[in-house]
Amino acid sequence: MVAIASYGGYIPIYRLGRQEMAQAWGIPGVPGERSVASGDEDSITMAIAAGFECLAGIDPASIDGVYFASTTPPYTEKQCASVVAGALDLRKDIFTADFTDSIRSATVAMRAAYDAIESGSAKSVLVVAADNRPAEPETMWEQLLGDGAAAFLLSKEGPATVRGFQSVTSEVIGPWRRSEDRYVRAFEPKLETQYGYMASMVAAAKALAEKEGLGPKDISKGVFSAGDPRAHAVLGRQLGLEMPQLQDSGFLLLGNTGTPQVLMMLAAALDASKAGDKLLVANYGDGADAFLVEVNDAFPTVPGKKPLQTYLMTKRMLPNYNAYVSFRKLMERDRFVPKSSPVTYWRDSKMELALYGARCRKCGTVQYPLPRVCVECGTKDELDEIKLPRKGTVFTFTLDHLVGGEYLSTPVPRIVIELEGGGRIFLQMTDCDPKEVSIGMPVEFTLRRLHEGAEFHNYYWKCQPVRGG
Amino acid sequence: MPGIKDRVAIAGVGCTKFGEIWEKDQEDLLVEAVYEALDDAGITPQDIEAAWVGVMYSFTGMSGGTFVEPMKLFGKPVTRLENFCASGMDAFRNASFAVAAGVYDIVVACGVEKLMDEGSSGLPMEGGHPVMSGTSAPAMFALAASRAFHDWGWTKEDLAHVAVKNHKNGVAHPKAHFRRAITVDDVLKAPMIAEPLGRFDCCAMSDGAAALVVTRPEIAKTMKHKDDYVVAKANALAVDTTFPMWRPGFNWLGFPATKKASAMAYEEAGIKDPRKEISFAEIHDCFTITELLNMGDLGFVDPPKAAEAVRDGMTEVEGDMPLNPSGGLKCFGHPIGATGCRMLYEVTKQLQGRADGMQVKNPRLGLAHNLGGPASVCSVTILGRPD
Repeated sequence: MVAIASYGGYIPIYRLGRQEMAQAWGIPGVPGERSVASGDEDSITMAIAAGFECLAGIDPASIDGVYFASTTPPYTEKQCASVVAGALDLRKDIFTADFTDSIRSATVAMRAAYDAIESGSAKSVLVVAADNRPAEPETMWEQLLGDGAAAFLLSKEGPATVRGFQSVTSEVIGPWRRSEDRYVRAFEPKLETQYGYMASMVAAAKALAEKEGLGPKDISKGVFSAGDPRAHAVLGRQLGLEMPQLQDSGFLLLGNTGTPQVLMMLAAALDASKAGDKLLVANYGDGADAFLVEVNDAFPTVPGKKPLQTYLMTKRMLPNYNAYVSFRKLMERDRFVPKSSPVTYWRDSKMELALYGARCRKCGTVQYPLPRVCVECGTKDELDEIKLPRKGTVFTFTLDHLVGGEYLSTPVPRIVIELEGGGRIFLQMTDCDPKEVSIGMPVEFTLRRLHEGAEFHNYYWKCQPVRGG
Repeated sequence: MPGIKDRVAIAGVGCTKFGEIWEKDQEDLLVEAVYEALDDAGITPQDIEAAWVGVMYSFTGMSGGTFVEPMKLFGKPVTRLENFCASGMDAFRNASFAVAAGVYDIVVACGVEKLMDEGSSGLPMEGGHPVMSGTSAPAMFALAASRAFHDWGWTKEDLAHVAVKNHKNGVAHPKAHFRRAITVDDVLKAPMIAEPLGRFDCCAMSDGAAALVVTRPEIAKTMKHKDDYVVAKANALAVDTTFPMWRPGFNWLGFPATKKASAMAYEEAGIKDPRKEISFAEIHDCFTITELLNMGDLGFVDPPKAAEAVRDGMTEVEGDMPLNPSGGLKCFGHPIGATGCRMLYEVTKQLQGRADGMQVKNPRLGLAHNLGGPASVCSVTILGRPD
């Protein structure tokens, strides 16, 4: 048996009204808004955020593998799953892999995880999926896409079982990006909708329903990925499902989040599920994957764990299209690039990614970064490595306008944080209105892409106001 | 330990005008300051046996060649010294040790920095950890200001009074970068640099150099200033944490390096009550908040009362504890390596009664306080007339 032991989702805090994008270009707008990853977020950071939600209350040492799924891996050569494993502080002797090139890679990774557990090669595998797909300016794609992430922990035991994987493959030129393309490309969608999306999804879903002996009435929710709300509704009808049986795709509030979309929808469906529910999941992309989720028990509540709904409801509206342009670096600008080194990154990865500090055996002082000599009592080499909490309160702060020799009109909040349980750390604050920062304010930490020193992605922690706190 | 009390004399001082000196390079500035100090002492370059030159940035100069090359004193023993923003006063400390030990009789301590060649948007950031490194200088001191506002109720207006007082003093100084009086309103209306510090809370980016001829009192007695040379009563250096932002329990209400260095200096000089015994001081006002916190750290005032003391006029040239009668870093800017030597230039001239226009009344002991880095390196020097 393979089960969902836990799951979690993540949505960036920023949203942009589609009308703002339409007005910026003088083109027609579709209703609603889309999620927009911050300038310091990418598929790795969002996947890690979802991974932390999924693993809340779970020992990271119990995980045997991480599969990272995305069409926007920040590296095309170099694994992304290894960064995720480092930040989530997983064991070193685990299997890590990236699944990419198609938005179907989320369910391809789920199936690979399922197969690994079913075959006995792993006891538990974490699947993380994230995307922030690049849309060409002045096209509808900017309005239709959205950014987000989801994570699922598959294991031998869990409140919901997974089974019956059915797949089809199909070669239809749908949305694509050649290796040299900067933005998602698409042809007139009618061919793809009919012979790609509809044909593949129906084939996979029907095969699954037949294999499991399920009629439309046996299905509590159909969880179907969808780039287009109309095609989504038509698919539901073709499979004999009523509208209430269709899990909302999040199109109006988020946009099409690509690879993680189906898993974000499954997370939302599970949040609203009850024991006995059967969820038929199908995901499209150069063919389709379908599988069945059967809910046997309620998922345990974990203190501090945020459901996807919290991420959906806590949002900040971007004031205009320019902010999106800035986040996405759509305008060429010379930017200050701090120095870095793969050597430092490697040597300090435990401090930087997994956020380890130290506690002195003699005086008990919690300190960061990891020293040889205790900062408080001066004892040498009597420090135990400890994992620092990812939260604390603002001890003091400034809003810094001078960054890299440049005067910025929007300052960078720099925060001295008193860690929960003792110790200090000094981080930038992200995803906030600088005017809201105050001494004593609670903050939580989020891993972000800090800069591109030495021409690699330098990830490090920032703090943010507690979302949904 | 004997220390340097009454064993080291300043026999001559020199200082360039500070400011945006586009037409001169660091060599021109150093030559100008050193020759002025030599003239003041009545000696020639060949009389210099050794030198220490305080420089922060490698773009200003590397090695003893920073001094030897412009002075064309080839073959002399010279050390370039870096100790953050206290580099200049640490050059004096090393020079003092050399003459006190009797290794040399006449040496030069000097400092120079050519910041404007790098542009004017804050100090260039060099080195540091790729992701865990520090931050801009204004931001570092702003962290202290936010905490003082929170704990002691200080306000932006309290900070503004420091800037107004120092700018008022700087008007009279012919070598100051800024010689313009400002109002509290000017300070409060200036653009933010690092909240809560605005542009007038920060010292400017400037170029400059300063130099001191250092010897022993018995030799100074035979030189040009035989009647009004100045002697060291104490010098102390303290190096505290470079990373206060990570230091558990660091309260940000003052800087341990200043507390330690001044305690050591007071002990060496035999000072029990600095507020009464020190006549005036040039203190490191890289930011207005720094001057207020220094006042407490140096024992001039109960720390939370510093803002009130400034408002009450205690620190004016005519007050009973004049602080930065020269106009301080606020009016001179802070060419890093030069600042500590410039402070000693100012204190020497005050003690000699040569501080035209900003002369404090009958000074007996003058203190110079040079603070570096994120307030981690502090050098305190106390000068006086020979007993």
